Amino acid sequence: MPSLKDVKTKIVGIGKTKQITKAMNMVASAKLRGAQARIERFRPYAAKYRQVLGELARKVEGNAHPLLAEHEEKKNCAIVMITSDRGLCGSFNGNIITRGLKLAREKTDAGMVVSFACVGRKGRDVARKAGYAMLTSYGDRMGSIDFALASSVAAEVIQGYETLVFDEVWLIYGEFVSMGSQPPRTLCLLPLKAPEAEETPSENDGPRCEYVYEPQEEKLLAELLPRYVRVQVYRGLLDTSASEHAARMAAMDNATRNCNELINSLTLLYNKTRQASITSELIDIVGGAEALNG
Amino acid sequence: MGTLRLEVVTPDSTVVSAEADMVVCPGVEGEFGVLPQHVSLLSALKIGAMRYRAGGKDEYLFISGGFADVNNNVMTVLAESAERAADIDTARAQAARERAEKRLATRDEAVNALRAEAALARAVNRLHIASLR
Repeated sequence: MPSLKDVKTKIVGIGKTKQITKAMNMVASAKLRGAQARIERFRPYAAKYRQVLGELARKVEGNAHPLLAEHEEKKNCAIVMITSDRGLCGSFNGNIITRGLKLAREKTDAGMVVSFACVGRKGRDVARKAGYAMLTSYGDRMGSIDFALASSVAAEVIQGYETLVFDEVWLIYGEFVSMGSQPPRTLCLLPLKAPEAEETPSENDGPRCEYVYEPQEEKLLAELLPRYVRVQVYRGLLDTSASEHAARMAAMDNATRNCNELINSLTLLYNKTRQASITSELIDIVGGAEALNG
Repeated sequence: MGTLRLEVVTPDSTVVSAEADMVVCPGVEGEFGVLPQHVSLLSALKIGAMRYRAGGKDEYLFISGGFADVNNNVMTVLAESAERAADIDTARAQAARERAEKRLATRDEAVNALRAEAALARAVNRLHIASLR
């Protein structure tokens, strides 16, 4: 039986842990709100891009641009993996990393050489330890993501694809579906598949007149496509950051609940121990008195 | 004559959402104006000043390149960054300009020169637009 003091110390200790997990939960929920607002603000931009590009891609031949063309020989593959910088968010990073390593293994089995470009420390560390070639990776940037970061990540893979250093580029990130679900998502970044214009513009279905393009379609496409890659990467960054906070919120909520349970059972133990010691003291006293009366 | 709807969106926000009488954009092949009922148009934009007239007042914006899409009397400008003249941080632009000039003066790699030139163009344009407010 643990002593009374031991149990008391333990209860106090767990109480402190609980305070921390509770605070982390609240911080995560505040950050999540910010991240969600950013996704909301980004959505019109991304939607417009898809629409414009879909429209343009229908007009232009399939292989009009090197970023659209599929390479015949597939020897090298780059994987852009976006994870968070910190842990304590449940299995969130683990899921993304498992997905990334699985894809890397598949590609290696298919005879390709895989390189990783990582944003977020967690993914970077694992990919490096697994012995894959590393492109420029960015640690400690998930707290301050901006479009410039997406641009520099995209610039490297675009250049690699155009100079035939890579034949395929994949993007892996944590998609933000809802508060309770942030599954990892795999996306083929290059060769670019032009978005289908299937999302029929709902606003106005009047007779569409022909577009005037300035400069010509091909040149315009050459400007648009690299930007579209950046938009995709930025989307991955935003989603991962929102997912990370949502996952941490859930994890910390669980931790707080576990703390409560532990405190309850320990308090029970504390009371039992206390009663036991009082009882044994009483027996001592009564026994002593009996002996004197003897 | 009516107006046309103008939306300027960047990845982080919608900078302008207004009814405009006229919009002038820095297209890659030269500046062009858009009036209401313009034919559908898709154009690439370069770094420069964008101007629109709403309610008889001219407003200036800085655009760091992007695209303009005109369709059904709605003009959408997709820019990686866009700032109203009043929101431009002159001190920062000034610093960026000096940095870019210094970098251009040293000139070691071709790629860097390109980036420095773009940075310089951005800074110069920002300062110019800020002086118009």
